[in-house]
Amino acid sequence: MLAAAVIVFREVLEAALVIGIVLAATRGVAGSRTWVGIGIGAGLAGAAIVAVSADQLSMAFAGMGQEVFNASVLGLAVVMLGWHNVWMTRHGREIAQNMSAVGRRVASNERPPSALAIVVGAAVLREGAETVLFLYGILSSGSESAALAAVGGAGGLIAGGIVGYLIYFGLVAMPTRHLFKVTTWLITLLAAGMAAQAIVYLNAAGVVALPMEAVWNTSWLLSESSIPGRLLHTLIGYTDQPSMPQVAIYVATIVTITLLSRAIGQPNQGTPAGT
Amino acid sequence: MKRNIFTLSAAALVLVMGTGLSLAADEFETTIKEHRFNPDRIIVPAGKRITLWVKNDDSTPEEFESHDLKIEKIIKGNSKGKIVFGPLKPGEYKFVGEFHEKFAKGVIVAK
Repeated sequence: MLAAAVIVFREVLEAALVIGIVLAATRGVAGSRTWVGIGIGAGLAGAAIVAVSADQLSMAFAGMGQEVFNASVLGLAVVMLGWHNVWMTRHGREIAQNMSAVGRRVASNERPPSALAIVVGAAVLREGAETVLFLYGILSSGSESAALAAVGGAGGLIAGGIVGYLIYFGLVAMPTRHLFKVTTWLITLLAAGMAAQAIVYLNAAGVVALPMEAVWNTSWLLSESSIPGRLLHTLIGYTDQPSMPQVAIYVATIVTITLLSRAIGQPNQGTPAGT
Repeated sequence: MKRNIFTLSAAALVLVMGTGLSLAADEFETTIKEHRFNPDRIIVPAGKRITLWVKNDDSTPEEFESHDLKIEKIIKGNSKGKIVFGPLKPGEYKFVGEFHEKFAKGVIVAK
């Protein structure tokens, strides 16, 4: 039962963190709750489809369907996170002003950040499919312990949800002017971590062939398989044995998102702010 | 400064991609039965691109996971999955079946 709880917890942790951050980042943006809800729903539906068609997916792309799929979903999430940051740089200030002025009631005519609905959907899709497959495996084994394991799985799901809530409440407890700065950085690092993860899948799929030897090893300090390690892995892309391509993509993603936000995300169109 | 880092990392990436693509693959196989790998010690040549077929003879799905090799792959019950990795430096690389970590353990030895 405990084993099932831990496995499910690990799987839902990432999705829960992403949802918590997205909810905090879009606080006060008109329609954002609906979009997050749509993202979760679509992600769950997608996860069920992926779990059912796991065989076909595996056999796609010469047996590398899973890896290509994961890399694509991650890549999509990275682009959407980056786009969201550019959008928020443009509109964050006015939303923050509105929030303090009219007490959360925001009448923004701007396009809602549906980009983050896609991010949420992608996270739920990726982690959900694994959870569904795992739980399905337990239940279909039909053993006496299956019911217990299912209870454990439900416990893991709830625990993951609690972590998501904690990060959300931790973030929104901040004063609004700090909130946007912090969520902007969180989203940038989230994107960088996902991009680094995507390159690992692309390499595993054989789309690229990169030297994946570790450049350094900090597993003595914090193991990536521990729960704190997993948390940091999702939040800032912490990897205890990163390879050169992972480091390069990580840095490149941060630099790209920051530069794009500066260049086209400024509220006043015109000259981009210099460094 | 920031642009320099970006250009540099992009250039480094193109460089390593160029050198990596010409590698040949060697194939190996291991089978999961009753949540155990057989063989659980797989000896592969170092410095080569390796293909490992993981056959799952159980009815339950398993997730092949190797932190050392940076691999995660779900293999459904009664099916097989293809895993490609390397080139490896000589050494031992552990792997587990994440859904049954207690029994499903093994190691890839690159020589």
